[in-house]
Amino acid sequence: MKTDDLMRMLATGAAPVSSAAVASRFARGLGCGLLGAILVMVLVFGVRNDIAQAASLPMFWAKVLVPAVAVLAAVPLTMRLSRPGRTSGPAPLVLAGLLLFAWSSAAAVLLDAPAAGRAELIFGATWKTCTFNITLLALPLLGAAFWVIKGLAPTRPVCAGASAGLLAGAAAASVYALHCPEMAAPFLGIWYVLGIAVSTALGALLGFRLLRW
Amino acid sequence: MSASENRFRELLLRALSGDATAYHLFLKELCPYLRAYFRRRLAGLPDEVEDLVQEVLLAMHNQRHTYEKNQPLTAWIHAIARHKMVDLLRRRGKQDVLTTPLDDDTDMFAHSEIDAGDARHDVMKLLERLPDRQRLPIQHMKLEGLSAEETARLTGMSVSAVKVGIHRGLKMLAVLIKDER
Repeated sequence: MKTDDLMRMLATGAAPVSSAAVASRFARGLGCGLLGAILVMVLVFGVRNDIAQAASLPMFWAKVLVPAVAVLAAVPLTMRLSRPGRTSGPAPLVLAGLLLFAWSSAAAVLLDAPAAGRAELIFGATWKTCTFNITLLALPLLGAAFWVIKGLAPTRPVCAGASAGLLAGAAAASVYALHCPEMAAPFLGIWYVLGIAVSTALGALLGFRLLRW
Repeated sequence: MSASENRFRELLLRALSGDATAYHLFLKELCPYLRAYFRRRLAGLPDEVEDLVQEVLLAMHNQRHTYEKNQPLTAWIHAIARHKMVDLLRRRGKQDVLTTPLDDDTDMFAHSEIDAGDARHDVMKLLERLPDRQRLPIQHMKLEGLSAEETARLTGMSVSAVKVGIHRGLKMLAVLIKDER
């Protein structure tokens, strides 16, 4: 086929394209993924028993809200990286700021604590399962995010996959905070961050394989 | 912003709102720039150029919903063109990637090349490999220029099935072109 014929074919009867379709796909995909993560959390882990008392503590809200802010930064980042010719925008700065906040709070708590109590602040009672559990909760979200991105055109599939992994991991951390009884900043700064990092790496790896077009 | 950028952007925005004439003009005017872009970069692979031009035209069509109104169009086109070129070079082996200058020169409209070489793959032939529910809608609507309703009546499909068939068929076509290489 001559290129001229191909162009004629593409143009003939070309329907209008709605830009709202992309946003709606994003909203549907992430809504389903989030619902999946919450369901797994409730059914497999269960909401923490003392959630009513915990909700009066600032640390509880920090655990839920800091990752939630990361989600708010990762959503536009993922959207941008899923479109050809888009830069990453300001989101990486916001994410770096959040990480800095998490780590500096952790460091402050550790420095303030007596040497004997530091191990307890770092390992808590659940360090062995925390990272794995967050990664598990991230899976439905990661699947949903990839479904959304597959409908777009990421020209940097590894970055788009990593961004989707970060989005999924951060949302999973926020959901997991409703179950997890740990309240020490050093614990969160290590094991929560590690859970999000594993999910991000997984996203990058899968992005390379699945998001090429 | 350059005059070309504005002109192409205006044409594409009209195309996205359903103006087929503007869309045809957009593709026709853009094509020589794509061709020159690849000819300059694939000097060692002249036979690949026209195939790559067609692949990019099809990719742009399939992904046109990813263009955002406030985004520089040059960057969007360049990213797709470069993505498809890198993909081609990767499939051909590392040697070509190393010898081809992958500069980030985003000036898409600096050079143009009207003279079309021959594409080695006949998209018409690839079309025949699509299943009927994709091939027939493309045949009737995109090649013969019938409306969606006429195509639906002719094929016994619903209007929405006709539209889905075209959408999926063109995506499948992009995959077939890629696999043919």
